[in-house]
Amino acid sequence: MSTTTAPEAPVTHKEVQHIPSATIRFAGDSGDGMQLTGEQFTRTSALLGNDVSTFPDYPAEIRAPIGTLAGVSGFQVHFSSTDIFTPGDSLDALVVMNPAALKTNLTDLRKGGILIANVDNFEKRDNEMAGYEGNPLDSEVLEHTYQLFKVPMTKIVRESLKDTGMSQKEIDRCKNFFALGLVYWLYGRDMDATIRFLQQKFATKPEIIEANTKALRAGWNYGETTDAFASTFQIDKAKLPAGTYKNISGNVALAYGLMTAAKLSNKDLFLGSYPITPASDILHELSKFKNYGVRTFQAEDEIAAICSAIGAAYGGHMSITTSSGPGIALKGEAIGLALMLELPLLIINIQRGGPSTGLPTKTEQADLFQAICGRNGEAPVPVVACRSPADCFDVAQEAWRIAARFMTPVLLLSDGYIANGSEPWLIPDVTTLPKIEIKHPGPIENGEKFLPYKRDELLARPWALPGTKGLMHRIGGLEKQDVTGNVNYEPANHQHMVNTRAKKVENVALEIPLQEVEGPANGDLLVLSWGGTYGACKTAVEACLEQGLSVAHCHLRWMNPFPRNLEKILRSYKKVLIPELNLGQLRMFIRAKYLIDAQGLNKVQGKPFAVQEVINEIRKQLGLSSNGQPGREGTGAAVAALAGAGDSAG
Amino acid sequence: MSTATPAPAPLTAADFASDQDVRWCPGCGDYSILAQMKKVMPQLGIPRENIVFVSGIGCSSRFPYYMNTYGMHSIHGRAPAIATGLKSVRPDLQVWVITGDGDGLSIGGNHFIHTIRRNVDLRVIMFNNRIYGLTKGQYSPTSPLGKVTKSSPLGAIDNPLNPLSVAIGCEATFVARSIDVNIKHLGEVLKRAAEHKGTAFVEIYQNCNIFNDGAWEYASAKATKADTTIELEHGKPLIFGKNKDKGIRLNGTEPEIVELGKGINPDDLLFHDEKSPEPTLAYLLSRMRHPEFPEPIGVFRDVVAPQYDVELNRQIESARAKKGEGDLNALFNSGETWTVA
Repeated sequence: MSTTTAPEAPVTHKEVQHIPSATIRFAGDSGDGMQLTGEQFTRTSALLGNDVSTFPDYPAEIRAPIGTLAGVSGFQVHFSSTDIFTPGDSLDALVVMNPAALKTNLTDLRKGGILIANVDNFEKRDNEMAGYEGNPLDSEVLEHTYQLFKVPMTKIVRESLKDTGMSQKEIDRCKNFFALGLVYWLYGRDMDATIRFLQQKFATKPEIIEANTKALRAGWNYGETTDAFASTFQIDKAKLPAGTYKNISGNVALAYGLMTAAKLSNKDLFLGSYPITPASDILHELSKFKNYGVRTFQAEDEIAAICSAIGAAYGGHMSITTSSGPGIALKGEAIGLALMLELPLLIINIQRGGPSTGLPTKTEQADLFQAICGRNGEAPVPVVACRSPADCFDVAQEAWRIAARFMTPVLLLSDGYIANGSEPWLIPDVTTLPKIEIKHPGPIENGEKFLPYKRDELLARPWALPGTKGLMHRIGGLEKQDVTGNVNYEPANHQHMVNTRAKKVENVALEIPLQEVEGPANGDLLVLSWGGTYGACKTAVEACLEQGLSVAHCHLRWMNPFPRNLEKILRSYKKVLIPELNLGQLRMFIRAKYLIDAQGLNKVQGKPFAVQEVINEIRKQLGLSSNGQPGREGTGAAVAALAGAGDSAG
Repeated sequence: MSTATPAPAPLTAADFASDQDVRWCPGCGDYSILAQMKKVMPQLGIPRENIVFVSGIGCSSRFPYYMNTYGMHSIHGRAPAIATGLKSVRPDLQVWVITGDGDGLSIGGNHFIHTIRRNVDLRVIMFNNRIYGLTKGQYSPTSPLGKVTKSSPLGAIDNPLNPLSVAIGCEATFVARSIDVNIKHLGEVLKRAAEHKGTAFVEIYQNCNIFNDGAWEYASAKATKADTTIELEHGKPLIFGKNKDKGIRLNGTEPEIVELGKGINPDDLLFHDEKSPEPTLAYLLSRMRHPEFPEPIGVFRDVVAPQYDVELNRQIESARAKKGEGDLNALFNSGETWTVA
């Protein structure tokens, strides 16, 4: 166990302003290393004791043509001295490495915010690539609306590293560390964690360590020594619950949660998977942990991925398949088989923008219909959704507990925003987590007949493992007779079995916690949310409560079945608002099930909700005027002309 | 244990029959294959509870219901993928895949080739009747060109697949062929397949007497089979014919039929070598088709190669030996952490 105490920031001689929180974004070409830069800033801020929330955003193309709008990659970090739940609506500082990054990100920078531009990349050709006539940095509007800093990053880095013997191309690759060093200076961050990272990552390449460290320090020194920057900012440690933390992304938290569930149920884990964005990181992560008994199988296709997991489940392992929407579509028939076989299985969907190939690297929550309804026949499966990166750890365990208890496939929904975003995770002590009890029937030696579909009080059938003497039995996708499991086509039996499988999934509601509400137990408006919109909805409702509005927040984890007390909660408020990154999928289920006229706030732009968007809708539903536009306060038409029309990478 | 338990009575074919009525059409070739399988099973010395039959969809795929072992009747074409997952986590089980020409080569073609290239320790038994039987008579990926069926009233225009050529193209480590009515031969081939380590692929010429009766008549009829088939024997020359007077000789890279005597000795013929490391000979044999050539039956290829399931579990064991059993608390607390008091 290596616990690092928060390092002290290096000393600046300039004025220090204390602020509660800040949101910044690094934006550049997809080859500029913006994701790495953002990750480093996040790590350092977390180690410093801030609460952090991140939003990496990158194009589907690995390397779009250099300098184009399509190739812009961004990484947003919200860091704070208080508890935070979103990566922030509008930016306090924006670093742009080229004109394309300026064009696609400028609308998100608040009026008066800090804009740092690598002026060396605003040559005539660069500007034309981004569709600018002339140099946008010369615009007076820009100068007047923001605190603009034109920094010759490329020139300074070339000068700093001229004696390293590296090629110009290699030297230019260090300029993201210059930008990082400058922003570290601006927010009073220590550089040690990043230098340690370089030393570990490039242990065999000392010249790379040296060059990047030099660039990093050059950035810091630029801030400290030039007259351009008058002051720096200090953001104190957040008051988080006591314990040891680490910064964790949703996909890693999910992988850890799955491994923990396996341990708690005394099972080895099997993952059948086929690479797909944004789910592949779970496969990468789990494939590292062979000494934890984790077997990963990279299948020939999505169907083989889930089928191999079904085979492993039949063999008695904790089995999982991971994918995203298009892959889940391919797995549909096999999910039906798993529920017919009544074997435990986790099907994990890291949702992305759809339909079809859609927006592979952007977030959306439009696969709820697919999760609940996407199979032939009456084919119910429990569906559970994660709300944040760290939450993935807990949801993975709960999903497996239900799958094993009820002998059913369970669909677990995450999304690209949760999967790639990160936040501090309070590291649990695994030995104190509740065990997941799983029983398998023992051998039958007296010739008595084994009944594979004889059910317990919650309607779960026994999990009989091949290799157990006397339990030989056959299962399959054909309708089967109750109790014996033999193939059966009788009308009354089919009705009984369809009803039984439905009732079994309804029974899951008996084993999940009752729904909780944040805010008053009744009032004018309930905001009902699910999945990755948790942070935006929670923050919006808290803001509205502070303004004295009669509003509460209810966030669902179980999407099927709903918690037993949900209807009572919904009926305790005059209005129900359901914000979703789809066209109203949860809303349709709520309306259909409870005949409640829920209202929707629906957005499908490949981006999460801004808190302000939710606040505005809450106010509108309550008949109040809105109190601000997200991220665009007063920037006006002149700035809009400099910014891309909604094609933001951020 | 203080006293040795008495050895249990040896199992018989009847012990491998499940309590379910067999529901194939009377006269179906599947009955003969089922009977041979039940006969072979007791000879393997594997307890019934350690055997699993996995199938897809089609007439042949009902097979697991009729065996008193563990079994799964899954979805169309996917049995090899399910069996791969099962065998990967349960190396103690003997896993059989029962499939057909449509299930295995059409809808399940992708799993078929990838299972073979991985050399997962599975026995894949393909009942090839050159027709879709369960859906009542459409042409299959092994139906010959010009085949008139319900879905090809003017004759099939897609070139058929040769199952053995496909398997050998994927470098299958065990490849064999037999015929439903040639029961002694079929039993021996199934036994050889059972004993192989790695993917054992067996094509069985199986007659569908309802939708494609007589598709293999040339290879199964007493009057013609000696001239239309050739039994492969490892290390022996390829000789066939009622009077054992014809053989296969290589002319460059092409096989040719020659008559023995008249200056041609068995030593001049092509000798079968199922252990050849390169699949070239096995492939050449798979290309010998009726009516130009007698069609080889028996074991085409039987070689040893790394198995996916074994390697997967070896990686787990060696990681555990090297790093020790994983400790989640240690993992979670590794890397960059910070403590809030």
